[in-house]
Amino acid sequence: MTASTNSPGTLAPSPGEAEDGGRTAGPWGRLPTWLRRTIVFAALIGIWQLYTSASGVSAFVFSGPWDVAKALADGVSSGDLVTSTWTTLRMLGTGMAIGIALTVVLTVLAVTTTLGDDVLTLVSSMINPLPSVAILPLAMLWFGLTDTALVFVTANAVLWPMTVSVSMGLRTTPPTLLMVGRNLGLGRWRLTWDVMMPAALPHALAGLKTGWAFGWRTIIAAELVFGAAGSKGGLGFFINNARYYALIPDVFAGLVVIALIGIALDLVFNVIERRTVVRWGMKEGASA
Amino acid sequence: MNGEDAPALLVDHVAIGYRRRGRFVPAVADAAFEVRRGEKIMLLGPSGSGKSTVLKAVAGFLRPSSGRVVVDGRVDPGPGPDRAVVFQEFDQLFPWRTVLGNVVHALRVTGVDRATARRRAVEHLRLMGLEDMLDSHPHQLSGGMKQRVAIARALAVDPLMLLMDEPFGALDAQTRGRLQGELARIVARTRSTLLFVTHSIDEAVLLGDRVVVLAGRPSHVAEIVDVSALDGPDAPGFAGARHRLRSLLAEEGEILDGVYE
Ligand SMILES: Nc1ncnc2c1ncn2[C@@H]1O[C@H](COP(=O)(O)OP(=O)(O)OP(=O)(O)O)[C@@H](O)[C@H]1O
Ligand SMILES: [Mg+2]
Repeated sequence: MTASTNSPGTLAPSPGEAEDGGRTAGPWGRLPTWLRRTIVFAALIGIWQLYTSASGVSAFVFSGPWDVAKALADGVSSGDLVTSTWTTLRMLGTGMAIGIALTVVLTVLAVTTTLGDDVLTLVSSMINPLPSVAILPLAMLWFGLTDTALVFVTANAVLWPMTVSVSMGLRTTPPTLLMVGRNLGLGRWRLTWDVMMPAALPHALAGLKTGWAFGWRTIIAAELVFGAAGSKGGLGFFINNARYYALIPDVFAGLVVIALIGIALDLVFNVIERRTVVRWGMKEGASA
Repeated sequence: MNGEDAPALLVDHVAIGYRRRGRFVPAVADAAFEVRRGEKIMLLGPSGSGKSTVLKAVAGFLRPSSGRVVVDGRVDPGPGPDRAVVFQEFDQLFPWRTVLGNVVHALRVTGVDRATARRRAVEHLRLMGLEDMLDSHPHQLSGGMKQRVAIARALAVDPLMLLMDEPFGALDAQTRGRLQGELARIVARTRSTLLFVTHSIDEAVLLGDRVVVLAGRPSHVAEIVDVSALDGPDAPGFAGARHRLRSLLAEEGEILDGVYE
């Protein structure tokens, strides 16, 4: 007999077994996922705190979790951290909105006209390999040390990965669905709007996930380069400023906020995917 | 010939081919038949004999390489909702719309107002036995259920001509029998013209007025058999027509029925 976990009589997998795939479920594996993750998280924080207090590392280069938590609380109550976060998120949002709008225009032009297709293919294959921060010097030259420059680099970071995946999605619309649309008498624009765009949604969302991650990295990097931009700086500015005044816990607090926002936005996009393309059976994915 | 007698559809010595790796490969060499208004024409032939190809040419998706398709006096018209198509493929429903949403959408884009669209969609989905699935999404349906939604959608837009490509192929014998009856009733009531592709001799004889048999590769019309008087297996002549069609297909070296029997 093979060592199959699904021996006759135990066809229904015990809780946790399905998620763990082929791994053997020891006592640890049998704990619920959230509990396992919480324990690991607490242990990591513990090690961090232990290292800081036991190793005697200088408080001018490293902070423990307790100091970082205090800095976070202070930053929130004084409003500094909240303002910086809001500034960065607002610019990210503006940049993404512009990037998405341009994506829609460019990709629709590319699938409806041959010239648009040629132009977009060439331009995106030239710009896409460029790391998006690389155009920051140009942006500074054109717009100065302003929010506009930051929005510009962010929009640029979002635009190209998105156009690549969205035009792929539009192009791979199932031919039967296109025939159904044409059979209903839909014209070119209605066909794009009613059939091709929704059919491209799985690709568009995947592109949005890549695009926002690019945009997020780019705007933080750009803010760090800027140092002090405009009257109110964003998170990158907050970190750089804290470093300048040797407020090391604040540096860490800024990093924690950046990570948390990353996690939160990833969650948001996963929820959007689950409510749309996964629910419609257009993409395999977490159905839980 | 006066206007009343003009055929709803004239397939006038049509040849159609596909471009495969740069080469033109003919699929249909000579398809020629006429369909009168309200008539039910069955396209019968072995797999690969170009039944779907002819149907897609009538629907306006393929252009004949010679000959012409005349629909209601229009030569080689593009696709349009006057000829509603039920495709052979299972992926013909919009996955992002519900079952009801798919049918309502078809009605809305063909100019029906919201309330009427909803009422008519529900009515046709009920006829297809799908009243419990209205809010499901297509991926939650079986293959046969998906085809029934597509049939409901095509019937709901109330077209001049229905083009159906093996719509009952994925159904069990009982459901198929019930839906054949339902389709016959609806077509009789709306007096819409029906062009129906099938593998099944029995289905062709039961549903059709005339059966166009496609044979050869590239194919031509081997014979057109009149079965209009035969609306049940007990009708005199049923066995004869069945036998005739069977021998026509057997000449092709393929026994096809039995799949459905
Ligand atoms: N898109 C296509 N590109 C190239 N060749 C095609 C295409 N569609 C069909 N053909 C060819 O045309 C011929 C007729 O195909 P068609 O689909 O019309 O047959 P059919 O009678 O509908 O068969 P079935 O009963 O299996 O559906 C076949 O030889 C097929 O290989
Ligand atoms: Mg076919």
